[in-house]
Amino acid sequence: MNKPLFATLLGGFLGIFDGLTALFTPEVRSQIVGIVIGSTIKGLLAGVIIGLFATRVHSLVAGTLVGLLVGGFFAYLILLMNPGHALNIMLPGCLVGLIVGYASQTFETTREKLEVRSQK
Amino acid sequence: MISETALDRLTGMLRAPDLSGTRYEILGELGRGGMGIVYLARDTALDREVALKIVDRGAAGTRSDSPDALAHEARILARLEHPGIVPVHDFGELPDGRVYYAMKRVRGDRLDRWLAAAQDLAERLAVFLRICDAVAFAHAHAVVHRDLKPENVMIGEFGEVLVLDWGIARTQNREPKNQNPEPENENPEPENENPEPENENPERRTPNAEPVAGTPEYMPPEQRAGAPVDHRADIYALGVMLQALGGPASVAAIAAKARDDDPIRRYQSVQELAADVQRFLSGRAVGAHREPLVDRLQRLYRRHRVPILLVLTYLAVRVLLLWLGGI
Repeated sequence: MNKPLFATLLGGFLGIFDGLTALFTPEVRSQIVGIVIGSTIKGLLAGVIIGLFATRVHSLVAGTLVGLLVGGFFAYLILLMNPGHALNIMLPGCLVGLIVGYASQTFETTREKLEVRSQK
Repeated sequence: MISETALDRLTGMLRAPDLSGTRYEILGELGRGGMGIVYLARDTALDREVALKIVDRGAAGTRSDSPDALAHEARILARLEHPGIVPVHDFGELPDGRVYYAMKRVRGDRLDRWLAAAQDLAERLAVFLRICDAVAFAHAHAVVHRDLKPENVMIGEFGEVLVLDWGIARTQNREPKNQNPEPENENPEPENENPEPENENPERRTPNAEPVAGTPEYMPPEQRAGAPVDHRADIYALGVMLQALGGPASVAAIAAKARDDDPIRRYQSVQELAADVQRFLSGRAVGAHREPLVDRLQRLYRRHRVPILLVLTYLAVRVLLLWLGGI
């Protein structure tokens, strides 16, 4: 598995999970399908960008920061569409980006694993 | 009256090998073994220092067949071209009929002394894995060392790890022994393809069995009993060495499995042993140790601390937001 694919899948998964947490907020429960779809797309897009960055730049700090920024940016776009829930949208969105950024930098592709093994 | 010191000096001169007709000059003595003396010598042709191992004709208890044994050792070393095994440069006979071989002069420290300095466990295990590499290579070439111990491993100045003293090494049949469920001592066939005799002191021979040679603390029961041994004898010795390195329960369990009295219950190859040590080093579960759930969780946490903390932070934030939203 390569890094963009890994980051996209992880972003999508976390997006679904992040969207589902809206079930705990009664006033938005009726819009759960739209929230989950939006959150999943946000996660997938963020994952693609973060994964592509991870293939070019091998730096844990840079990768995690980019994840944070990308996650924050997409969360901000969602916030523009749903004003009034800044903390609920921005904070988890940034954290999801951070997690995907960190994971995509530490993820070892099959080729990297083979290279490490051959060096041993 | 001749003083003791003068007598020692005279004996030393008498024992000093005559290297005329060879390309070597003796510079000093590096050490002595049951079979021969290792001298520091200069190779005049290539202008480099080498270690020269020569049969010690004067040593008490040296067997008359030592020249053959030394030749056997040289041939085994010549066969084993590996970065972890000291290379042989030359082999020959002195004017007095004694045989010698020249090998790389290794500068550094013996493993037992190196371990005495405070090295961390990961560093010690990394060296152990390098020893395993060399021994596995020898086994792949059907050679069993039979005298593995920290004193026979050198750590070079640049961190190179070299397994020395293959004096009692034996060649074994290439038949994979680990597929044979029969206990070692029930095998009536001698494993040694090479009829050359043993060469290390002390040595004793049990009736209808192999001569016993090696270092008792590192010998498996079958070797102590004089039964035929295979590569699992080296795995036992590696287990004893691993145990001496210390470490947590997982490492102790790996060592215990490697030095099981029953060869069938040991690791069946050095690669298997090394793989378990490698698993420990990379924070994974080792095959030899069934760890309690708490230990397993702690190990998983240590291995994936950052992602676990990130996910926990995310969940904590989510819970906090829900709590704030409920106020």
